[in-house]
Amino acid sequence: MRGGEGERVRVAEGQRGRVGEGERVRVGEGERVRAGEGGRVRAGDELPPLEIEITRTLIVAGAIASRDYQDVHHDAELARHRGSPDVFMNILTTNGLVGRYITDHFGPAAVLRKVAIRLGAPNYPGDTMVLTGRVEEVEGDTATVRVVGANGIGRHVTGTVTVTLPPGGAS
Amino acid sequence: MSDEAAEPAARLKAYEGRAAAVAGVGKDPVNEPMIRHWCEAMGDTNAAYTGPDAVAPPTMLQAWTMGGLSGHEGRSDAYDELLGLLDEAGCTSVVATDCEQEYLRPLRPGDEITFDAVIESVSERKTTKLGTGHFVTTRMDVRANGEPAGTHRFRILKYAPARPKSKAARPRPVVNRDNAGFWEGVGRHQLLIQRCGGCGTLRFPWLPGCGACGSPEWDTVEASGDGTVYSYVVMHHPPFPAFDPPYAVGLIELAEGVRIVSNVIGVPYDKVRIGMPVRLRFERYDEELVLPVFRAGAEGGR
Repeated sequence: MRGGEGERVRVAEGQRGRVGEGERVRVGEGERVRAGEGGRVRAGDELPPLEIEITRTLIVAGAIASRDYQDVHHDAELARHRGSPDVFMNILTTNGLVGRYITDHFGPAAVLRKVAIRLGAPNYPGDTMVLTGRVEEVEGDTATVRVVGANGIGRHVTGTVTVTLPPGGAS
Repeated sequence: MSDEAAEPAARLKAYEGRAAAVAGVGKDPVNEPMIRHWCEAMGDTNAAYTGPDAVAPPTMLQAWTMGGLSGHEGRSDAYDELLGLLDEAGCTSVVATDCEQEYLRPLRPGDEITFDAVIESVSERKTTKLGTGHFVTTRMDVRANGEPAGTHRFRILKYAPARPKSKAARPRPVVNRDNAGFWEGVGRHQLLIQRCGGCGTLRFPWLPGCGACGSPEWDTVEASGDGTVYSYVVMHHPPFPAFDPPYAVGLIELAEGVRIVSNVIGVPYDKVRIGMPVRLRFERYDEELVLPVFRAGAEGGR
């Protein structure tokens, strides 16, 4: 299961600030104006990357917060018995992180309409996932964003998010 | 393929279109504590999810329908049967692969959740990196206080875990006329160094002629077994089937002055150091294979 696409994501130069426990956010291109704060969103816009440290705590906390008690998300021994090298992140946590990535960027007035994700290389403890996004389409007040979350062994998640932007957020 | 593969696909296909959950009820109404726990786990500080006008993160849609430790209510007999059939076929493990959600209205604390789900498709038996199994796709309609709130299409892989391959044997030495005497010595637990019959220069590894004087004449001396680490590398990647990285490969300088490449054992890979004294040891790896390796510290043995 290891040995995926091994893709490396280059994180744009820029400031780095702590946002929550165990994770870092790097803001690309310096002072990118957020939609919802007067910025205009256009097809082709790249969202600044979001780095998520995949800790054991994040995996277990995400599984329990989503009420997912599958042993592979909290019991490393049983996970190995099932052929996985360690516990791994559940899909609900990935879904939540993808949603957060979009609303972190577009602001609290943005409303998620659709989130469609596919999982690939699992998120194991000790890895880092870098979420990147690109606006594919803007129609009226609604944007479609293609999201990729790459970890050290490949693409953990690929997906598409449809989000309604607050007034002034779309061009 | 195992006989499990003989599971008639038609029997599984028959579940397509049948209900997966009927009149399911969320165990808890939408509530602030679960929203807060979710936001803490995700590191989501979105202001829309707190305060008097809070909505739930839309991506929590499925969480409100989860059975938790006490199990699912409302799950249909058909769905349980399908999962049971797959369990019997050896597909006892499950992993989610796809999730497609559409949000029709925001969920707010107090909303009562109900849901119905249908089995959309059951795939042929597929072989994946995790093992072989079947993809099962369900589509769920989620309601809040009876109003449509969202749809949730979910695909899982029910699979039989691939058995870890039995550990591969270490590579065999390539024995030829020029080095056969060396491997015969190893068989007797002797490390033999070639000595030139012309100039007396010691050489290792074994070669047909002397690098110093060119003489083809030679005899052997047995190494005392004492040596030091002249240099080393630690192998992390790529992994080879018979080896378990990380491990240290040393270039050992024998007391006699020649050098040999071998494993350094008896010390963690990251504690191997240049100049470290080591002692020859013959290690048996399987029924056919004995190799000279070097153990760190004074302890050695034949």
